[in-house]
Amino acid sequence: MHSNTSRTVLDVLVKNHPGVMSHVCGLFSRRAFNVEAILCLPTDGGEESRIWLLVNEDDRLEQMIRQMRKLQDVHDVRLRPAAEETFARLGQVMRE
Amino acid sequence: MFSMTGAQLTISLLERQGIRTIAGIPGGANLPLYDALSRSTRIRHVLTRHEQGAGFLAQGMARVTGLPAVCFATSGPGATNILTAIADAKLDSIPVICITGQVPRAMIGTDAFQEVDTYGMSIPITKHNFLVREARDLLHIIPEAFAIATSGRPGPVLIDIPRDVQLETADFTHWPEIGEREPVPSCFDGDLDAAVEMLNSARRPILWLGGGVVASGAGQEMLTLAERASMPVTSTLMGLTAMPHDHPLNMGMLGMHAQRHTNMALEACDLILAAGVRFDDRATGKVQEFCPQAKVIHIDIDHSELDKLRAASVAILGDVREVVGALLPRIAPAERQEWIGYIEALKLAFPSQVPEQGGHDTPQELIRRVGELAGENAIVVTDVGKHQMWTAQSYPFMPGTGWLTSGGLGTMGFGLPTAIGAALAAPERKVVCFSGDGSLLMNIQEMATAAEQGVDVTIILMNNACLGLVHQQQELFFKANYFSSIYDVSVDFPLIATGFRWKTWDLAGAADPDAVLSEALAHRGPTLIHVPVDRDEKVWPMVPPGAANRTMLGGECHA
Ligand SMILES: Cc1ncc(C[n+]2csc(CCOP(=O)(O)OP(=O)(O)O)c2C)c(N)n1
Repeated sequence: MHSNTSRTVLDVLVKNHPGVMSHVCGLFSRRAFNVEAILCLPTDGGEESRIWLLVNEDDRLEQMIRQMRKLQDVHDVRLRPAAEETFARLGQVMRE
Repeated sequence: MFSMTGAQLTISLLERQGIRTIAGIPGGANLPLYDALSRSTRIRHVLTRHEQGAGFLAQGMARVTGLPAVCFATSGPGATNILTAIADAKLDSIPVICITGQVPRAMIGTDAFQEVDTYGMSIPITKHNFLVREARDLLHIIPEAFAIATSGRPGPVLIDIPRDVQLETADFTHWPEIGEREPVPSCFDGDLDAAVEMLNSARRPILWLGGGVVASGAGQEMLTLAERASMPVTSTLMGLTAMPHDHPLNMGMLGMHAQRHTNMALEACDLILAAGVRFDDRATGKVQEFCPQAKVIHIDIDHSELDKLRAASVAILGDVREVVGALLPRIAPAERQEWIGYIEALKLAFPSQVPEQGGHDTPQELIRRVGELAGENAIVVTDVGKHQMWTAQSYPFMPGTGWLTSGGLGTMGFGLPTAIGAALAAPERKVVCFSGDGSLLMNIQEMATAAEQGVDVTIILMNNACLGLVHQQQELFFKANYFSSIYDVSVDFPLIATGFRWKTWDLAGAADPDAVLSEALAHRGPTLIHVPVDRDEKVWPMVPPGAANRTMLGGECHA
């Protein structure tokens, strides 16, 4: 996970149910916008999940965020560039 | 305490939402729903002959009333058949609620008989979708579906209900609130200030109206704005009824099949106020070269439309009618003689292709004549092709005219079933559907539905024995290599329509076409008017796909 394009992390709070991943990821795949890495964990006793998406800082990102905010199952979308560090550490774990 | 099956619950919740008509086709996976529907005293069912017909019939009802309409399909092939109509509703922002049957929960994912992943397939073509897991979930899913379909930018919602969920009993103590349109958040004052300042200081502004203006009912406000600020007006295919067609400031449609002077005026403008439009390529041409000199004020209810294809100088998020209502009192009256004079000069130099009065010699005149006979209150439906563009260019639209056309998806076969839905929703209005022979053949089976329902639908069939618009593009862009666009067998449409129990008239060889037309349009009930059209009649002008709007082919010498 190294390149000269800069990366950022989208922090997406969603309703936790079986279709939500397809809804979110479909937005990206339909636009040929690659998601480099995904981290998803339930929060709030399982009602909600938090998805972190590691993505390239593409100029389509703002449009993606607006599209994501339109999804009914998406409760919140934020940029969280600092979380990139977490992906780097997870990368270590996966290599072990 | 109430106790009922998922199927009964679904029907009761639809009744409570005010649904009175459902279009669809039964099958194994939705038979419990149909059994419950048969016992409803409030909802009647319209049995179409194809699920795509049911989807479009619901669209016709929704497009005419602005309220959500419901359609049913069974699992598997029923669901796949209806999806085209749902995708069509998505692109034109129409509130349709599609309820499909699904195989029982335990069989989902096993490639069971008539199983397809309706949920997965409908994600990209709906505003939202649900797979119901328990009967009692319907208590919140159905009201939510109605709220989603109508709130903000409207759109279709799909609810997939497994057969065993339809049969499962749900116990509950009270009914949920009905789902309704949510209020739109109001826009920022700062954006309004900026827009006012730009509008008041513009020298060559143009007002560009889209389907969002019609949906929000902002036509009157737009007219006032245009007149006060002397702004020429253009509209998208979906926005054509916002302004009276003969208003001096109205330049008609822009884009691929606009009038030359309209596209040229856009080249010269210094400010464009884009309201309820989404910068579709059929309207903008090559978007990078659209209105090259202009700043853009963009008003839309959908945040993701703002800055999507062209960055706006001022982007205002809100309901078009509210926003324009707030702008209006602050707009300084202006005459702009120079700008209006420039556009008048363009009109003289590049006269309109649109007939000023109806006749019968060309398709455009005939469409015009039908409009004169049908009156302002008529509902006009089209299919997709040259006849659709001729109608957009020549029909005498007024703000009261209903205008139902497949703008975003451009679906052939849209016309007849949508017209049936329109006629069911507004039985007192005249419904006229302009169709082509290729398009009509795509859903011709719905003639049976129309006859059964006795709807007052008149089809004007412009028969050129080919896939006209494709034929035209092959001529212009593929060296007249007419591959697979000409029909070798000429179909006897009046005979077929008669077989479906329709009344038919034929303009072929008619001594007095106007008499035939008047008589046919005066008839109530399913009516076909067959009009032979020369294969070489073109839609002019035409911007080649992908080119800038200033590149317009054809039509120079047609004045
Ligand atoms: C379902 C579907 N298939 C294919 C097309 C591509 N297409 C656009 S216009 C057209 C020809 C339409 O022919 P017809 O309905 O006879 O109308 P005309 O152009 O002759 O007036 C075709 C095939 C389409 N729009 N929709």
